[in-house]
Amino acid sequence: MTDKVNIALRVNGKSYAIAVEPRRSLADALREDCGLTGTHLGCEHGVCGACTVLVDGKPVRACLMFAVQVGETEVRTVEGLAKGEVLHPLQKQFWENHGLQCGFCTPGFLMLAAGALEADPDISDDELREVLSSNLCRCTGYQNIIKAVKLAAAEMRK
Amino acid sequence: MSWIGRSLPRLEDPALVKGAGNYVADVARGSASVRFVRSPVASGTILGVEKPDEGLVFTAADLDGVKGIKPILHRPDYVAIEQPVLPRDRVVFAGQAIAVVVAEDHATAEDLAEQVFVDIEPGDAALDVDLALQEGSPIVHEQASTNVLVEGKIRTSGLDAVLEQAAATIRMEIRSRRQAAMPLETRGGVAQYDRVTGRVTLFASVQMPHMLRTGIADVLGIPEADLRVVAPDVGGGFGQKMSLFPEYIILVWLARHLQRNLAWIEDRRENLMASTHSRDQAFTVTGAFSADGKLLGVDADMRSNVGAFSCYPVTCGVEPLMALAELPGPYAVKEYGARSRGVTTNTCMMAPYRGVSRPTLTFTMERMMDVAARRLGIDPIEIRRRNLVDTFPHRTPTGLIYDEGSYKATMESAVNAIDLPAFRERQKREWERGRYFGFGISVFNERTGYGTPAYAARGMDIVPGYEIVDCTMDPSGNVSVRIGASPHGQGLKTSLAQLVADELGVTPQMVKVISGDTDATPYGWGTFASRSMVIAGGASKLAAGKIASKLKVIAAAILESDPDNIDLNDGLAKIRNSNRSVPIAELARAAYHQSHKFPSVGAGLHENAIYDPAGTFSNASHASIVEVDVETGQVKIERFVVAEDAGVLINPMIVDGQIHGGVAQGIANALYEEIVYDDLGNCLTTSLADFLPPTMLEIPTIEILHSYTMSNASITKAKGVGEGGLIGAPASVINAVVDALSPFGIEIFEMPASPQRILDHIRGKRTA
Repeated sequence: MTDKVNIALRVNGKSYAIAVEPRRSLADALREDCGLTGTHLGCEHGVCGACTVLVDGKPVRACLMFAVQVGETEVRTVEGLAKGEVLHPLQKQFWENHGLQCGFCTPGFLMLAAGALEADPDISDDELREVLSSNLCRCTGYQNIIKAVKLAAAEMRK
Repeated sequence: MSWIGRSLPRLEDPALVKGAGNYVADVARGSASVRFVRSPVASGTILGVEKPDEGLVFTAADLDGVKGIKPILHRPDYVAIEQPVLPRDRVVFAGQAIAVVVAEDHATAEDLAEQVFVDIEPGDAALDVDLALQEGSPIVHEQASTNVLVEGKIRTSGLDAVLEQAAATIRMEIRSRRQAAMPLETRGGVAQYDRVTGRVTLFASVQMPHMLRTGIADVLGIPEADLRVVAPDVGGGFGQKMSLFPEYIILVWLARHLQRNLAWIEDRRENLMASTHSRDQAFTVTGAFSADGKLLGVDADMRSNVGAFSCYPVTCGVEPLMALAELPGPYAVKEYGARSRGVTTNTCMMAPYRGVSRPTLTFTMERMMDVAARRLGIDPIEIRRRNLVDTFPHRTPTGLIYDEGSYKATMESAVNAIDLPAFRERQKREWERGRYFGFGISVFNERTGYGTPAYAARGMDIVPGYEIVDCTMDPSGNVSVRIGASPHGQGLKTSLAQLVADELGVTPQMVKVISGDTDATPYGWGTFASRSMVIAGGASKLAAGKIASKLKVIAAAILESDPDNIDLNDGLAKIRNSNRSVPIAELARAAYHQSHKFPSVGAGLHENAIYDPAGTFSNASHASIVEVDVETGQVKIERFVVAEDAGVLINPMIVDGQIHGGVAQGIANALYEEIVYDDLGNCLTTSLADFLPPTMLEIPTIEILHSYTMSNASITKAKGVGEGGLIGAPASVINAVVDALSPFGIEIFEMPASPQRILDHIRGKRTA
């Protein structure tokens, strides 16, 4: 298992030439090899969703995907959400509406929501709740997360 | 302009939403990886540990001179058990670390750990709290003659008489199943060795950094000055990250021994089986009521399963002694008897989890009120009205003093928000259509912000409670506040900045709160027990107040006025009722650079203050409406109303957030989460898919109503609010479930009331 494979990861529009063992998860590659530590690991079982990133626009558990599977796809992580100093509407609404407490689940929720809203800007409230129930938060009781995502959705539709 | 009372967006958040937070795993890059080899059995004798031919593997035999962890309570009924950092001879729970390996990266460390063979002769295990008390049960620790490690008792003189004469006695067997705090970030530490000084910096995901420094230094026999503990961004704690764990001691020992940087990031399986658990409690409780519904006395036998060891520093007394002292809660009861035991078993150690005992205590009292109401034919709200404390200060049979609260008023608010008469009409209609809706209420108070007197009364060898805060205004007029409290998601830096900003007349953005670094902050007790806003807040107010006094003296000298006539506001020191002012930044510069002009002030603006309050009681009432699906046992919460009173709210948005999160964990406690062991003591719930934390679909909208009782027990008038949501929610939800199922005549005294348990009750009634 220890032979490393050379791969090129495209993350947030930037290319990372890295050498990884085939067993290295995408999450570990992002964190350890690319230094993008905004993607968090809460369970490594694919349950909590803290490691959610977008792969070609689709939300993916980065703990359940191998880095070598990524291939030519475009990966997006929380670090790529803001445009320079300007926060993404989701980041802004999470901040203004107290959508986070310890902040550990936040990057995963942001990417999950970004994927859902980009795929369907007019997603219904029920569908949104259903999608957001993919991830776990232990601090907020989810109340302000759903509030922030709805407000961001409205802002993004403008 | 006042900053207190404003829902200021948190100063902590911009970094966190950008993924720029700095959690312990984020500082692990470049460190070698540490992995623990854990016991596969609950009880057994270690015959040997076979190490692979290559690789760094260490066992107890390598840890020369390392002492054990021995938490002390000064009580005659307490048996002090020493927890070895790594065991030499015996293992006492499945998951206990036996050996440790070091490798270049995490995956290689896991490979290496799998090559370590631990030869254990399994023994009999004591697992269940009541079986562990029976004659002939396996004894977990040979040093103790029984499995009882702590036992508190109280009995008022008139209890026997009221039990005998009561119009109704309600006897209940209450069971709370084992749960875990489950922060989303697991435990973890990174130990960095400094080759120049020989010092180790331990970054760790913890709630009590100073306590960890003391504990590790004691066990390793090194000066505290050789160790710096840093709690970086911490991904939740809820009590699970308070204790001194063997893993951190070993990390520091290894860093010193190997002279290199090392990281241990716990995985979720370890977290669920080998960090800490809580709430494994069994109570036998009898309430004695008069015919008109007055609670005359309570008699309780309470057993708490404290697991294999006693947690440091709060000890295994934390759950049983809290239960002993606080069972009556918000209800005035004159006669009280209780025996409360902490029982050791071959299971993971118990440690505080948000609410500590009080979710079970509130569940007990609130179930008792509903059962008594039904038995006596009194409305459940009315029976509570007749028993809630309404004159303050109130002294309980165990000697607690309740400061001003609004116990009845919050209950009435919660009930009014529900519109109970309309609900009762609807409930009947729905029953006729085969749908089962129920209403549940809970009322509780919560001791918060308690200082050394409360912990000393518990007999703790290490008495936490006070907080020291250092406050400095620098020559530019910006402020730094160094605190010993150690927030991990509570937004304390924002709340304290608002408080200090008001004292000093500056903006919160100008106030930097520094926490979680033993090199940079005064010795303190970290963040737990709903204490930080009250105690660190009080000390911050006092320290900032001292600086404000100095600023006023300087301003008065410059403006040729009297310090008592100066107000600090909006960045200006202003003579009251005039338009003459001087910028505060100018005063700050003068304090440092022209100090010779203000001899009574001295040089600079640096003050500290200590606050050590006796404690203050917040209170709340939770009302809920649920629907029970009698075919599946699923419960859907339709409404959840919290009417709470925590005095002054420094940042209402943050307070509401604490309540939302607490209620969600309370709903989880009521309906879903459970740590399950099999008959041999193997933990069966080792992933989040087994433990069942609720998602957004299970947690309803939480409606919050505030009351604001001003109590002199807190100098900021703020009461603690961290735990309340979790204390009240389980009782409210399960009372609602029982109410929904009242056509079946079902009583539930066990939580979580999982779908399976609810179905068993329904089937039991149907077959009967």
